[in-house]
Order: sequence, then C-alpha cells, then structure tokens
Amino acid sequence: MLEIKDLTVEVEGKEILRDLTLNIERGEVHVLFGPNGCGKTTLLMAILGLPNYKVKKGSITFKGVNITDFPTNERVKRGMGMSFQHPPEIRGVKLGDMVNIAQGRKEEKIDENVIDLAKRLNISVDFLNRDVNLGFSGGEVKRSEILQLLAQSPDFAMFDEPDSGVDIENIELIGKIISELMDRNKMPSKRKKAGLIITHSGSIMRYIKADRAHVMLEGRIACSGMPDEITKNIMENGFEKCVELCVRSEEVGAE
Amino acid sequence: MTKKEIIERAGRAKAKKAALGEDIVIENYVTGKEHDPLNSLGDFPEEYQQDLLDAGIEPSEKDRSGSFLQQDCSVVFSTVKYRGLELMSTTDAMKKHDWLEDYLWKAVPVDIDKYAAEVELDQTHGYFIRSEAGRKVTMPVQSCLFITSDKIGQKVHNIIIAEEDSELHIITGCSVSHAVNSALHLGVSEFYVKRGAKITFTMIHNWSRGMEVRPRSAVVIEDDGVFISNYILMTPVKSLQMYPTAYCVGRNARATFQTIIYAHGDTKIDSGSRAVLRGEGSRSEIISRVIATDNARVIARGDVIGEAANAKGHIECRGLMLSDSAEVDSIPELKATRKDLDLSHEAAVGKVAEEEIQYLMARGLSESEATSVIIRGFLNVDITGLPDALARETKRMFDMSLEKVM
Repeated sequence: MLEIKDLTVEVEGKEILRDLTLNIERGEVHVLFGPNGCGKTTLLMAILGLPNYKVKKGSITFKGVNITDFPTNERVKRGMGMSFQHPPEIRGVKLGDMVNIAQGRKEEKIDENVIDLAKRLNISVDFLNRDVNLGFSGGEVKRSEILQLLAQSPDFAMFDEPDSGVDIENIELIGKIISELMDRNKMPSKRKKAGLIITHSGSIMRYIKADRAHVMLEGRIACSGMPDEITKNIMENGFEKCVELCVRSEEVGAE
Repeated sequence: MTKKEIIERAGRAKAKKAALGEDIVIENYVTGKEHDPLNSLGDFPEEYQQDLLDAGIEPSEKDRSGSFLQQDCSVVFSTVKYRGLELMSTTDAMKKHDWLEDYLWKAVPVDIDKYAAEVELDQTHGYFIRSEAGRKVTMPVQSCLFITSDKIGQKVHNIIIAEEDSELHIITGCSVSHAVNSALHLGVSEFYVKRGAKITFTMIHNWSRGMEVRPRSAVVIEDDGVFISNYILMTPVKSLQMYPTAYCVGRNARATFQTIIYAHGDTKIDSGSRAVLRGEGSRSEIISRVIATDNARVIARGDVIGEAANAKGHIECRGLMLSDSAEVDSIPELKATRKDLDLSHEAAVGKVAEEEIQYLMARGLSESEATSVIIRGFLNVDITGLPDALARETKRMFDMSLEKVM
C-alpha cells in the first residue's frame, strides 16, 4: 500500500527526516513511537504532502504510484486520510460542512447522512453546527477528526495522537471506530485498509491490534518489531534503551 | 421645529462638509426626467430585471407583504398586501398624515452635513413604511431604490415606524443599471422602534464603479424594542461613506448591526455602525466582516457609547486581506460615562491562513476550492432574529452575491 524509500525531508531548511524507509502492506496497521521532536508528525505530514515538508531525497509510493510530487488533495483522492493532532480553527466553516467536504459531497446542508455518522461518535447536531475546532476541547478535537475520517473512509489512514487529551470513556469509543476504519474487525485476509498511528500513551492500542511497531529517533526508524514487545520495552527501559536492545538483538540474530 | 426652521437650518448647512469621507460635488448630479408608473414589478423593463434580483427584490412579489420601487427620482410602483401595514412614498405619506412631520429629522439632524441638508432642500421621494400597533408583519416588505439614468442625483428621505408591539421585516435593495457611468445616491433613513416593537432591516447594496453614495441613517429604539440591521455590499462602488447610529433610549432596547463587505476594484468605503446606549439595560452588538482585494480601501468603524446603568455593548470587526495593494483600517471605539456598564471590542485583520487551506486540502479540496470555502466561512455571519423564511432568503441573497465575486 505505502512504500517509503530513503526519505529525507526538510522543514524550513532544517533536516527532520533522514533516509527513512518504511513499508506498510494492505491490511496492516503500524504504530509509531518515539520521543517528542523525533520527527513522527513530520513523517505523517510528508506522506500527506503538505507544502512545508520538502522532500529532498527518496520517494513515496502509494498503491504502486510514485506520489512524491503530488499535491495533498491528489493524494487524498487516491485514498489517503489524516487525523490531525492540532487542526486549525476555521471561522464560519462548521464541523458538519467538513463532514460533507470529507465525503466529497457538494451538499451544503447538515442532513441525516451527516447526523447519523456523527451519532456514532456521540456528536450532537448542535456540535455539528459549531465552527470547526473553534473552542473545541482536546477530546472534542479528536472525535471531530475521527468523524471526518469516518466520512472520508480512506484506504490508508494516519492518526497523529488520536488519544491525547481524551477521557477513558471516549478512548474506547475512538479506539473502536479507528479499529473499524482499518478493517480490524475483519479476518486478516479480508482486510483491505491500512493505517499508521502515532501514540504516546499506547492506551488506545488496547482497542486496535497493530501488526507492527516502530520507534523513531532523530528522524529515522531506529527499531521495529511486534507491538507488544516494543511497548513493553519502552515502558520498562525508555526509548533509547529500547532501540539499543533492538539493535543488539539484530546483531545476535545476524550471528 | 417648524418646516420653515428646518429649511433654514438645511440652508445654513448647504456647504457643510461631512466629518468623514471625501467631499462630493452634489451639483455634478441632476434630477432627470420622470418615469411612468408600473402596473406590476414584472412590467419593469427586462434589462433591469436581473439588477432587481441582485438587490434582493422579488419581481413576482411572492412572499412579500408589500413592494416599493423608486426609479431615479420617480416612485414607479408601490403596493401593500397586508392589513396593518402602510407603504407609500414619503411625499404621499406627508400628505396623508399630519403627524408625520413630528418624525422628520428627529433621528438624523438636518444640518449634520450637506448631504442631509440636500435631501431636505431637494428631496426626491423615498419610502414610508409603518406597522400599526400590535401588528406582526412577519412577511417581509421589499423596497428598492433604483438608478437607471446617468448623472442622476437620487435624494431620498425614508421614514420607518414600528408602532408599539408591532413587528416589521424589511428587505431593501439599492441597485444601479449597468448603463450608468456615474450617479449619486443620498439616502436619509429614520427608524422609530416603539415600545416592545421590532424592526429587522436587511439591505443589499448593488452599486457599480461610478456610484457615489452617502446614506444618513439613525434609529430610535424605545423600551424593549429591537432593531436588527444586516448590510451586504459585494459590488464595487466609487465612494461610500456611512455611519448609521442606533439610539437605544428605552429600557432594555436592543440594537444589532451586521455588516458584510467584499470590496474590490478601486472601491473606497468608510463604513461604521454606532450605538448610543441611553436606556437602562440597553444592549448593542456590532459585527463586521470586510474582505479587501485589488486596490480597495476600506475603513471599518464601530462605536459604542454607554451612558446608562447595566448597558452592554460589543464590537467585533474582522478583516481579510486578499491583495497587497488593498488597505483596511479597523477602528473600534468605546466610550463609557459611568461605572455600571460593560463595553468590549475585538478587531482582527488577517490573511487566508495556509494552515487552513492545507487542512481543507487534506479533506480532498483543491487549493482554490479550499480558499473559496474559507472566504465563504469568513463572511458567514449567523443572522439571528429573523423569521425562518427571511433568514433562508437572506442566506440565499448572500450566496447569490458571493457567487458573483468568487
């Protein structure tokens, strides 16, 4: 589904990602760990093709097409979607409007179709009529983002910290919807969608069974492995130690 | 004040320049020939029908309680379909009601500047609208001041009265034919909102590049009265200066001004709204959204003067810049003369944020579609206080105006 090769990305002249390689197959969900500032969000933004994230080297291939130079909306049309960590406020544009836009509908009304989707995330009609992200609480932002992705129903979805600032009750709700969005409720051979999730707490991973986990350090994927193992390792030893252990075990494996 | 005194005062103010806006030579404009009356709005020449629509006027008169059309300096159509509603030219109303002179120049001083004085000295009609006490005329009245001849000076005096506990909704459009290269519109509008009454006034200005425009409007609101103004200008204009003022004289009187301006070409606008809170517990809200592009120059003003106990006023001015050669001045002002009141303002001028465009692109829109959604959103002020049908209608008029510029 997604193939990233030797990707080097600069933001405002500063190199953030260096020679990064990552493959995500159809039906897979990967989770991305790493300390603040290691480049996790940059990776997601670069995959989405936002203009401030300049690809200096390497390539991004999506569904077999090299999309490295494609504008964001072209990538979205081909089936990418993103749940932002800090989405901007847009005055006068309602959350309901965003849902219509995400569905690719020209419809201006917030109709039953939108209301039914919103119900699944415990979002009320009143809330759909609010200007998007304006005065939303942390948890509201996340639910609004997931709602927009649900409307968009992308083949490949990226989630930038979908669980930060969300209360326990809503973590379960969000977790289950994300899980469904990525075909987790289907048998592995039937899964057509894929995803990449950034999370710090890992609490949402209880509801989404990921296939693979990666630890990012200083703009590269420093180690990869089974999600449970990696999580346990990070919890017990911290990021750097975890990477160290990974590298050591690889060396052992090589011998 | 007797009629003689009024004329004397106006005479003395004949050369008095306005406090704001560039000076206009009124003498450059003429009265022009009379136009024949129409049997229906549908009889208005085909070439002008689109301009009527663009000014929010419904030629079929469907869902309207009354219609008024003034072409240049002639009243060509006036009809009422609703009991308890009066609608006619101010000239006819003066003949019909002796008491009407008590309302002339009570809200707007005749000698405030030469434009007001000119309307007194060389008036060419205008409309009179009145709802009788207790009558709730929920279906809107429509009125249109239309200019079809070059070099015309249209000088109208409008009087609008909502008697006690009555309700009046007005859609008014000012429009100009494409054939007109230059013309002048001077419009004095005096509104009287009696105890417990309500007036909503939705005005679309559909001017063109050669128009010079000087409205002079004021509103007097009594106890528990409500006045809501929605103003929309999306077409270019040579020069427009106005500063409508609401005097909330009664207890709990309320005034709301919402202004939406899309200024392009070489448009010059100096537009503000003012509220004077004189009644205990009176309130005002002044909201403006200004977009400036090309070489447009816009001064957006807001002014609240708090003089009464528990008065509350808020100003919200927002500007959006789409060009490096345009200019916006945002000038909110507050004046308080006692301690037990609450006045506030917020003003912001900015650009279409890259981050917002990218967010919308991440939901599948192209860059230009995203920009259009943001601009539409910026101008989208929730209009409150209108009956549902009128709110829908206003939204439709707004969308229509916006489509022309986007």
